Amino acid sequence: MKTEESIMQRIADAAKSVTRGVDAKDIEHWVTIYIMGRAYKVPADLTILTAMEYAGYRFVRGVGCRQGFCGACSTVYRKEGEYKLQTGMACQTRVEDGMYLVQIPFAPAEKAAYDISKESYDASVFLKFYPEVARCVSCNTCTKSCPQDLEVMDYVQAAIRGDFQSLAEGSFDCIQCGLCAMRCPADIVQYNVAQLGRRMYGRYGMPVPKHLITRLQEIEAGKFRARMDQLVAAPREQLEKLYASRVREAD
Amino acid sequence: MEPDIHKFPYYPGCTLKTTARNFEVSALACAKKLGIELVELPRWNCCGTVFSLTDDDLIHHVAAVRNLIRVQEMNRDGMVEENRLVTLCSMCFNTLKRVNLLVKENPENLEKINNFMYLEDDYEGNVEVIHFLELLRELDPGAISQRVERPLTGLRVAPYYGCLMLRPREVGIDDPEDPTIQGAILAAVGAEVIYNSYMKVCCGSYQTVNDKSAVARLVYDILSHAQADGAQAIVTSCPLCAYNLDSRQKEVREIYPDFEQIPVFYFTQLMAVAFGFGADLCGFDPNQLVPEHLLK
Repeated sequence: MKTEESIMQRIADAAKSVTRGVDAKDIEHWVTIYIMGRAYKVPADLTILTAMEYAGYRFVRGVGCRQGFCGACSTVYRKEGEYKLQTGMACQTRVEDGMYLVQIPFAPAEKAAYDISKESYDASVFLKFYPEVARCVSCNTCTKSCPQDLEVMDYVQAAIRGDFQSLAEGSFDCIQCGLCAMRCPADIVQYNVAQLGRRMYGRYGMPVPKHLITRLQEIEAGKFRARMDQLVAAPREQLEKLYASRVREAD
Repeated sequence: MEPDIHKFPYYPGCTLKTTARNFEVSALACAKKLGIELVELPRWNCCGTVFSLTDDDLIHHVAAVRNLIRVQEMNRDGMVEENRLVTLCSMCFNTLKRVNLLVKENPENLEKINNFMYLEDDYEGNVEVIHFLELLRELDPGAISQRVERPLTGLRVAPYYGCLMLRPREVGIDDPEDPTIQGAILAAVGAEVIYNSYMKVCCGSYQTVNDKSAVARLVYDILSHAQADGAQAIVTSCPLCAYNLDSRQKEVREIYPDFEQIPVFYFTQLMAVAFGFGADLCGFDPNQLVPEHLLK
């Protein structure tokens, strides 16, 4: 009969290899993965990134935050017996038995030079700097390759029709991993188009933060000068007392 | 008495959201006055602009079919109870309707396309693509003229049809040699309709991108014949035709110095004027030439 304790023990055991460093004798579950065609037996609960490191690879490129945010560790893989080509971030994707994988540490892409203050706020800006965006055939391959689950095709289509808000909101969580651009049959670099769009939207589309402008004017008028001078001149003990008694959001 | 509002799924297309905004704004207002609500397709994408004639080139039909699936979704989600998809842009109409015919007549191609878009519902082949003009033609006779507040009496207008609304035969909405669908609406709003033989001759279409002078020559033929027949204005239903007939008049004057400018409108803009709408709904800003005196 499974007691609660034994279930907890099994969970703790499964996590052991990750928490205590990887000792072969401690590992219960192994999988075989193929790194650039060569087979390696690795612990089952590692991510692609840590599994490759377990196998002896040392990352100089194609690694970054290890937290799924920087877009450096783009991976393309297939699973044994499946035709489907899949994508993911190496630091966020668990290895699976029969996984054939390769890293794409860099996506070659032309990045246009522009001055957003000189451009008109409409769809023509995308056709000017990234004319290939008009080649989109709405195949949705970019969306399927996005590790952030963004609706990439939708935001590219938003760019084509000058809907900057939808473009900005749809591309907001893009980590610029390059997987969409690598797979696009029309050779569009979706994240570059999106970046131009977000910049234009921030400049021309979003409401002006009046409170910020007011505050900047107050600062320049010297409203906070006296208090700043006081703090700068205050002795250490007073600063420590002020700091310890400060009002915090969490309180 | 408030007319019953019937909702139709509506596909705008890229140009109606950008350079031909005036076409959309005037059309939506006129539709509403006639008891028609055009409900924009959610998450629509570019239709591809032209129907790809390349053999076995299914990828270029995916975009159009995806939009037809959106119509299914609108019906499923209760946004509309209507399988007819309304278009305003003649090029989008032509592309969507031809792709629709292709997949309806070729179940194998439809299956391939459906399998390719495995994340979408299958397109079942039940959507019908129509042009807004077809919808207007189906209204009760008098439905338009009853709502006219400022009849365009004395305004001599030549309807221009271009190619993609009339050809090929299986998608054309009117007789390709002697179309009358736009003329009927102009007559209903009180204008004098100038029929002329060049009204269905090609304007040059996307050749405007790489061969402006070829377009200018075609446009000169079309407009000068209309002018010779007494037209004071041209109406059209295709943003590319409108661009060629309107903005290319500059190039026409360079080749034919005696050419006189003539204003070009979307038919919905003249309807909007006749229905008594204000300038914001008639959308005259993007038009190159708006002779105020003509619209008095």
